[in-house]
Amino acid sequence: MSDKLIIGGHEFQSRFILGSGKFSLEIVKAVVENGGAEIVTLALRRANLGGEENILDYIPKGITLLPNTSGARNAEEAVRIARLAREMKCGNFVKVEVIHDSKYLLPDNYETMKATEILAKEGFIVMPYMYPDLNVARSLVNAGASAVMPLAAPIGSNKGLCTKDFIQILVDEIDLPIIVDAGIGRPSQACEAMEMGVDAIMCNTAIATANNVALMSKAFKQAIEAGRTAYLAGPGRVLNNKAEASSPLTGFLED
Amino acid sequence: MTLNQLNHMEYMDGMEAIKSNIMDQVLNNVADYDYRQYTDQDVKRALAKEQISIQDYAAILSPAALPYLEDMARKAMLETRKHFGNSVCIFTPLYIANYCENHCVYCGFNCKNKIRRGKLSNEELEVELKAIAATGLKEILILTGESRLQSGVAYIGEAIQMAAKYFSTIGIEIYPLNTEEYAYLHQCGADFVSVYQETYNTNKYEQVHLRGPKRIYPYRFNAQERALMGGMRGVAFGALLGLDDYRKDAYAAGLHAYYIQQKYPHAEISFSTPRLRPYINNAENNPNDVHEKQLLQVMLAYRLFMPYAGITISTREKSVFRDNVIGMAATKMSAGVSVGVGGHMEEEKGDEQFEISDPRSVYEVHQMILNRGLQPVYTDYIRV
Repeated sequence: MSDKLIIGGHEFQSRFILGSGKFSLEIVKAVVENGGAEIVTLALRRANLGGEENILDYIPKGITLLPNTSGARNAEEAVRIARLAREMKCGNFVKVEVIHDSKYLLPDNYETMKATEILAKEGFIVMPYMYPDLNVARSLVNAGASAVMPLAAPIGSNKGLCTKDFIQILVDEIDLPIIVDAGIGRPSQACEAMEMGVDAIMCNTAIATANNVALMSKAFKQAIEAGRTAYLAGPGRVLNNKAEASSPLTGFLED
Repeated sequence: MTLNQLNHMEYMDGMEAIKSNIMDQVLNNVADYDYRQYTDQDVKRALAKEQISIQDYAAILSPAALPYLEDMARKAMLETRKHFGNSVCIFTPLYIANYCENHCVYCGFNCKNKIRRGKLSNEELEVELKAIAATGLKEILILTGESRLQSGVAYIGEAIQMAAKYFSTIGIEIYPLNTEEYAYLHQCGADFVSVYQETYNTNKYEQVHLRGPKRIYPYRFNAQERALMGGMRGVAFGALLGLDDYRKDAYAAGLHAYYIQQKYPHAEISFSTPRLRPYINNAENNPNDVHEKQLLQVMLAYRLFMPYAGITISTREKSVFRDNVIGMAATKMSAGVSVGVGGHMEEEKGDEQFEISDPRSVYEVHQMILNRGLQPVYTDYIRV
């Protein structure tokens, strides 16, 4: 069965996107391999291209880079960082991240939307990180986003699907890949999100802070695959646990 | 003795007064802070919480929390990993001048001390910057003493512009400025400003800052706010622990940072924890003494109160202490440090402000960070 993740016309087998910001670089390769990730994020502000501990020296070949605009406080800065990433040959993908709260690191949906619109027009494959709000998601679709990346919980919190119901609304209503980004702490939470019909999971802290990162990466891979398979299989009828009426409610139509 | 001294709470001519109530808030909080009233139960309750309140912060800084240092360390480690992962940023300070008009009784650079004074010429600065850049560093902290005559804003601005050719992240630790001056230095290429209040106790502050513009307490206190108004991205806070009652000073520094973050949510907040080292043979005698245990308590309390804030560990501390606090509380450390004027390539042009305890090179610090399973980070900021 062919079940590919398609973002901006690019096909991916894996539905596991690796965030890289919290890792020791020497283990990135093992994490990518064990998790089967095909997309790895890259914070341009961290990259130190050409210098010491340059992350590009550690990401295996053939991986799609997803530069993010972390550090941007408004749309204008996000746009400039994205352009810089393109100049530095980091490809056409960009994860728009606009944050101007140093405490909770919650995304600014309004500025994110503005940046998305500008970057999509410039031919970027734009994947905006957002607070799950249906109206904003619809605007992002109109602005030319190639995927929508709602947060499950605050970055780094490992709290899981705190915004579950709102992510479900996006899954139901938005005709673009929905990629849950931030807050996923356990493979079981990733699995649950995938069962809901989410298209992919981005994960960073949960793996970076595990005792055995390579093994945890593998666990996420399996959980994401299991969740996807379950979604495709359709939930069992026992989950639709509504009691059946003893006589049909619409029987009167036949009378 | 009549010194004809200035009122330390009144602005001097030319000092910009901004509208802010943060100083009053902090001073009121500190006036009410009696750390002796906290008990075991208060500490345990605080440590059981996910988000620590101001009251909890008061408790974990108290003597009652000292027996719980291990619990605090474990909780702090989790928070540090959650917010910073394995990253440890490295940078180096560069003193470009040590002329000073202030008479601060505790400081090696004070104007009454007969030390070698100097400042780097453009040529000398270029050599120093190149030498530092060759170590791979991308973040630099530019420091001066306080002398608008010898090291004025234009001189510092020029140094920043030169540094911007080599470094992606430039911080300044200089005398407090007006908003417009901060805006100018920001335009030159600086994004981060460190100003330490030394002590938040206004009486003690008056006693130890005898002469010079630094004597003016509120102008120094409001420096971070003016820096942010001038467009700077991040501001650092700290007290010189041991100068006065360090618990109250650490409490005040934490609240100072907290209120600034509330008012300027985008600001990147960080702490430094310089301390006056206790004299040998004087241990346990003075309640103001800050031994390593007390220093660690302060660092852990900062981390738990503001888990997203950066904490820099000074080269004044021994390497074994520094190595153990990164990843637990500290998120940034200096390497390849010289605290005289220049001294990275050229011979030092002026004497040191203090003695460092960790002389390791950038390479050595880099290796140590890797050996501890952490990730040395050379750049964590992009200027756009």
